Amino acid sequence: MEGNMNITLKVWRQKNKNVKGSLETHEVSGISEDMSFLEMFDVLNERLIDENKEPIAFDHDCREGICGMCSMYINGRPHGPLEGVTTCQLHMRSFKDGDTIVVEPWRAAAFPVVKDLVVDRSSFDRIIASGGFISVNTGNAQDGNSLPIPKEDADKAFAAAACIGCGACVSACKNASAMLFVSAKVSQLALLPQGQPEREDRAKKMVAQMDIEGFGSCTNTGACAAECPKEISLENIARLNREFLSASLTTAEA
Amino acid sequence: MAEGTIKLDAKAPEGPIAEKWTKYRSTVPLVNPANKRNIEIIVVGTGLAGASAAATLAELGYKVKAFCFQDSPRRAHSIAAQGGINAAKNYQNDGDSTYRLFYDTVKGGDYRARESNVHRLAEVSANIIDQCVAQGVPFAREYGGMLSNRSFGGVQVQRTFYAAGQTGQQLLLGAYSGLERQVGMGTVKMYSRHEMLEVVKIDGVARGIIARDLISGKLERHFGHAVLLCTGGYGNVFYLSTNAMGSNVTAAWKAHKQGAFFGNPCFTQIHPTCIPVSGDHQSKLTLMSESLRNDGRIWVPKQKDDKRAANEIPEEERDYYLERRYPAFGNLVPRDIASRAAKERCDAGYGVGTSKMAVYLDYAAAIERYGKAEVNKNNIENASKELISELGKAVVKEKYGNLFDMYKQITGENPYEIPMRIYPAVHYTMGGLWVDYNLMTTVPGLYALGEANFSDHGANRLGASALMQGLADGYFVIPYTIGSYLANEIRTKAIPTDHPAFVEAEKQVKDRISKLVSIKGKQSPESFHKRLGKIMWDKCGMARNEKGLKEAIVEIQALKKEFWSDLRVMGEIEEFNPELDKAGRVADFIELGELMCVDALNRNESCGGHFREEYQTEEGEARRDDENYMYVAAWEFKNESDWVLNKEPLIYENIKIAQRSYK
Amino acid sequence: MSLTGLFLCTFLVVHLIGNLQLFYNDGGYSFNKYAVFMTSFPLIKIISYGNYFFILFHAFWGLYLEFQNRKARPVAYVVTKNSSSFSSRNMAVLGTILLVYIVVHMGDFWYKYHNETLPFVQYTENLLTGEVVTTEMPETYSQETKMVETYNQAESTKTVIVKDLYKVVSVSFQNILLVIFYVLAMFSVSFHLVHGFQSAFQSLGINHPKYNPLFKFLSVWLFAILIPIGYAAMPIYFYFFK
Repeated sequence: MEGNMNITLKVWRQKNKNVKGSLETHEVSGISEDMSFLEMFDVLNERLIDENKEPIAFDHDCREGICGMCSMYINGRPHGPLEGVTTCQLHMRSFKDGDTIVVEPWRAAAFPVVKDLVVDRSSFDRIIASGGFISVNTGNAQDGNSLPIPKEDADKAFAAAACIGCGACVSACKNASAMLFVSAKVSQLALLPQGQPEREDRAKKMVAQMDIEGFGSCTNTGACAAECPKEISLENIARLNREFLSASLTTAEA
Repeated sequence: MAEGTIKLDAKAPEGPIAEKWTKYRSTVPLVNPANKRNIEIIVVGTGLAGASAAATLAELGYKVKAFCFQDSPRRAHSIAAQGGINAAKNYQNDGDSTYRLFYDTVKGGDYRARESNVHRLAEVSANIIDQCVAQGVPFAREYGGMLSNRSFGGVQVQRTFYAAGQTGQQLLLGAYSGLERQVGMGTVKMYSRHEMLEVVKIDGVARGIIARDLISGKLERHFGHAVLLCTGGYGNVFYLSTNAMGSNVTAAWKAHKQGAFFGNPCFTQIHPTCIPVSGDHQSKLTLMSESLRNDGRIWVPKQKDDKRAANEIPEEERDYYLERRYPAFGNLVPRDIASRAAKERCDAGYGVGTSKMAVYLDYAAAIERYGKAEVNKNNIENASKELISELGKAVVKEKYGNLFDMYKQITGENPYEIPMRIYPAVHYTMGGLWVDYNLMTTVPGLYALGEANFSDHGANRLGASALMQGLADGYFVIPYTIGSYLANEIRTKAIPTDHPAFVEAEKQVKDRISKLVSIKGKQSPESFHKRLGKIMWDKCGMARNEKGLKEAIVEIQALKKEFWSDLRVMGEIEEFNPELDKAGRVADFIELGELMCVDALNRNESCGGHFREEYQTEEGEARRDDENYMYVAAWEFKNESDWVLNKEPLIYENIKIAQRSYK
Repeated sequence: MSLTGLFLCTFLVVHLIGNLQLFYNDGGYSFNKYAVFMTSFPLIKIISYGNYFFILFHAFWGLYLEFQNRKARPVAYVVTKNSSSFSSRNMAVLGTILLVYIVVHMGDFWYKYHNETLPFVQYTENLLTGEVVTTEMPETYSQETKMVETYNQAESTKTVIVKDLYKVVSVSFQNILLVIFYVLAMFSVSFHLVHGFQSAFQSLGINHPKYNPLFKFLSVWLFAILIPIGYAAMPIYFYFFK
């Protein structure tokens, strides 16, 4: 017992994607406010193992807010109550002693549940594979300074590229749309001179793949950007719309 | 411990250092495109080294299978690297060159790295930047549109390229996009949420792997003409480290047990600027980028056990111990030196914070300096102290905002107002699988790239060099060197995976997993890992001594016994089961921990990150023993707790060896 | 959705300006003439049919999207705290209310105007003074066209006999239930447009820090406040003041 916070945790348990899940309640006592949210889960899991019960499966890896693996829908919000923060960087001091916390997995047809709080986000990889790159083989490159890039463009491209692919945007969107994710990648490459040759093709292919994966469409509610731990801007979605429109209007093939 | 008789051949090309790589590239055997199509390569791990290798080899025409344990190749822990990537571009016109990068790296590594590999690394460093820019990596730029640089520890030029505090992320996403492009084209088959659990050898040559699908729990056999391990470092052996929770040694360890020698396992990098441990619950440590040492000043109170708050301690009662001890490099001394100095102060009773195991990283002076510069720039007369401080904080926020926010998030303290508390933490492992110039291990056809090999950083790695090495190996080295092996493999047909060697390897893996699950003891994998970490940190950590290491070996052996008799793994084998994954990894960490202690005990000298308390100068600096230990210790696995030491002598023909000095 | 939406927004503005003629205190003279113009001038007719098509397209494509979007999340969250606005989340519901409203509204006026026998009214306008005298025609009166204009040069007057849609309006809005329904529907318009107008620009890729405040201003002040109030004022005016 390291601290004196007591939390009532209601956690989604689901054996695998083929069965239905439900919320399970756990009383977690002796929590320190310096613990991260995931460390609170570690404590709970160790206690469950002690009691010969199966621990709760959840995704996590770097625990410093950059790998994008952690993915909990906490009290109705992806990554919990703080803005601009992933679940692994959320600390218990953001909660009060006696709080009830409901934790659910990301929910989307394109993110099937693997187990408990773990979901399968490989749809994101397939979207990138459909066009989220610049086709340059190793060895083709010219000198890094041969194309000056205005600082503003480089900064904007970086801000879009800061996306960690966690899927919070999809989980927050009432339509489970992946537009913010796709637009971040399209924007990054559309803003850089290196991305120009494949610009139109890229927008069309990535949008097509996004639809195939079963994500919903964007209705501009803005929930994605509001919940994005990396604060990716809605301007990117507008840019994607622009790219997609102009690509659809100017290229021959469907 | 026996000493081996095998003569390790690094296979470095003959000739002057600056021409070795060029000559090698022009003479290395090639595989023609038609044959490449029939050759399969397995790449394990998709960090910088793995993703870049898989993408590049597929571009060349090989059939590639890539594996990672994460849910997506983009999440490999390279993503967390903050500060930057070195390259000898000399864009700043400040005297940088390939030779100087080579020299700095060898010196920074305390003269325990192989000259030929390091020089090649320095040569290709510039190509990496070009390649990444072409891929759309948004490096920081100046107003004129040119690439920006900053300085890092142990170096007196500005050669570090960066993308805010997220350079690793941007580089990995670049390599990942190249990899996904090949996946989309069908030239790479990607297996995510797969863990490699065995190397399959046929006639002494690596021919494939056994992997476990972590979702279904089922074992799979995969054939490859060559196997590349790009599986990162083993810092998690210490339990608390800046590594990701899933980072593990399992793939490298399986390779080691199949005959790949392990090079310099005790060489561990302890990073000086991490957020201190706050309690027993702590699951991992968070790094504060080395770039913070560009502007921050490190100090402790001059008075022992000073209970005053940092801001109440007047200037003259502060000990800026790095500036005092190393005036030439000051706060930018290499990591091993900065870490040791912090430990020395804390051990002597000058530490701060509740645990007394921390020092201050103070931005007050930088805030004032930047504030005054802003005041001058804007021609503000009679600026108040508050205004200066406000302007200064804005500058600092722009440069380091994300790091400061992260610190505040974790500690609940505001670093703009009170100095940050930092303490060293395990960060990187210079040791790894022994490889030759071709990056091949002692098992033919089995390669190790990036942090998984031992090759380029000697006993201490300089900041911003890990990203450089990972990408150099994957983009520019392996595509050439693997040709020299595969040119002889063009007649080897794909071996069906019902070959007895695959069957046997799979059975071994299956038995081991069954054993882990069937112990049904009382203690969780996590609890064993924590105990191992404590032994390692206390006795094989920042400072080591003979007595401690001997004790550690005994303790680890006892822990191993306990592990295999009292482990409790919940859940089933054939399902998604993170507890089972963890149990297997901890089992391997325990064995590795013992080897690290054996290696540290063998190396009766101090060098780089390896500090043996018995071997230090009067001023407390590391004292090398070049006469007896100027070699790579390459350990050969014989049996449980039984290794044979093989030595690769290090020969320095291009660098004058000296006592490393940053004074 | 965005293009049809913006078209419909424009329509709302034009329709409101036209309908403001209901407030002229001329016994419906201007309004009835306007109604004739709107239903007989060929170009306007084409635009009207375009408008009906866009309304249907906007409504049914919107409903289809909503249906698809719901499929994208088969299992609902147990707890949700929304970080998006009420209107942005409920466009489909608001839009459906509007569709029902449009059906009722067109049934009330458009259908009656085109297909039912409406009373006629005669206006005699003094072309010199502009004075208008209104005379209701007997119920049995009927004429071939919607409007017959005759000039009397001697008296400098113009006589116009026209279908009295104005009367239909003023009678309909004596029904308190209809008035309430209309006013409520205008709340739907308000919420639908406060999101819809801005959202259309975002969908077309127009998002710029310099112009976003303008779109926001228009969507709030023009489309969410001014226009719904303008429309709602009509039934209220007729109910209370006529």
